[in-house]
Amino acid sequence: MNAIAVTVNGRSYTELVEPRLLLSDFLRHTLGLTGTHVGCEHGVCGACTVRLDGTAVRSCLLLAVQADGAAIETVEGLAANGDLHPLQEAFRKHHALQCGFCTSGILMAAADLLENRDAAPTREEIVDMLSGHLCRCTGYEPIVDAIADAAGSS
Amino acid sequence: MKPVPFTYVRAESVEHAVETLRAHGDEAKVLAGGQSLLPALNMRLVRPAVLVDLNFVAGLDGVTQENGSIRIGALARQAAAQRSELVRTGCPLLAESLPLVGHFVTRNRGTVCGSIAHADSAAELPLALVALGGEVVTSRRTVPASEFFVTHFTTTLEPDELVIATNWPRLEAGEGSALDEFAVRQGDFALASAACVLHVEDARVTDVRLAVGSVTDHPELVDASALVGHAVDTDGARSVADAVAASIDPPPNLHGSPEYRRRLIEVLVERVVARAWAEAT
Repeated sequence: MNAIAVTVNGRSYTELVEPRLLLSDFLRHTLGLTGTHVGCEHGVCGACTVRLDGTAVRSCLLLAVQADGAAIETVEGLAANGDLHPLQEAFRKHHALQCGFCTSGILMAAADLLENRDAAPTREEIVDMLSGHLCRCTGYEPIVDAIADAAGSS
Repeated sequence: MKPVPFTYVRAESVEHAVETLRAHGDEAKVLAGGQSLLPALNMRLVRPAVLVDLNFVAGLDGVTQENGSIRIGALARQAAAQRSELVRTGCPLLAESLPLVGHFVTRNRGTVCGSIAHADSAAELPLALVALGGEVVTSRRTVPASEFFVTHFTTTLEPDELVIATNWPRLEAGEGSALDEFAVRQGDFALASAACVLHVEDARVTDVRLAVGSVTDHPELVDASALVGHAVDTDGARSVADAVAASIDPPPNLHGSPEYRRRLIEVLVERVVARAWAEAT
């Protein structure tokens, strides 16, 4: 077992982990933060996307032990003080989710895109980012609309 | 879908990583971006006894200019290379390859050198490095890309040898390059891919490097010498494309028969030759 110290959504945790424990399982099972979803466990579906030191990553493709010392943000941390994040507001407004399984991963990737890469992405750039996230309910159009809308308002 | 138990070693330096690899031989695996290794671990396709994590080694993430090349360190993420002005202006072939690698989020973590060391026959970066005539810098030598890739997921790396960096030749005046592929979905591995680098003087091709990927067991240079000494026109590009397609024997896969993939190569070669010519002139 390895000791790791991480900050998740601003709260510090020190835990003992087996080296083979995935970050996704650490978040869900060890910390009980089940907002991060697990779909494919090989990096294709995007449901488990979280932010590691601000950058969107697949939590199923990282070992918890690799996150030692890092600041992690999950979907639970998106609504600061209970106020919905502009992306969450836009998703609600545009009906950009149905079952919600893919939503937390898409929100975390979109937050990285808008904050760190391109505050005003083109529709094409949004679609390209979304190619890494599988959604089976919405047909994607409302998701693209929501991200474009949030970019305009933030 | 969980990895087998293994010992985790956080490498403190390149030397420490190499020593650990030497001590464990084939039982050890190097972890950089992990965007190919972790899926393989999760599916238990690989069962290493020891994982050597490079991610905490300082100084390996550089993207720097070195003589006529751009040197990309072992920990430079694909997203960082994609954002690099040096890459965008100095190595357009790499710049156009990077957006085709995986997805926005996997590129945040995946490394350029990891893709090279992983050596998937359908990956874009190995194809681009071979077409450019680049090099792989390891902990003990420098290997030309054309001699580095052996077959599926196999390179000339020894078990205790570590990729430190890759050197990507800068495009010079009078040169043009292009890479194209066909994949079923954005981010998927390509069914066929091709890349071309042309050197042009006085409106004549003086040198050409053409490589194909996905349809062979490793990215391979193919004969395009018929282009040398001439201006490239539609007929010239098409005749090289025909000859290349006839010379390869792609295996069938779930998404395409050998005939279909040969036809894809024909189309892609014609496109990359024509576009490289347009870029050079």
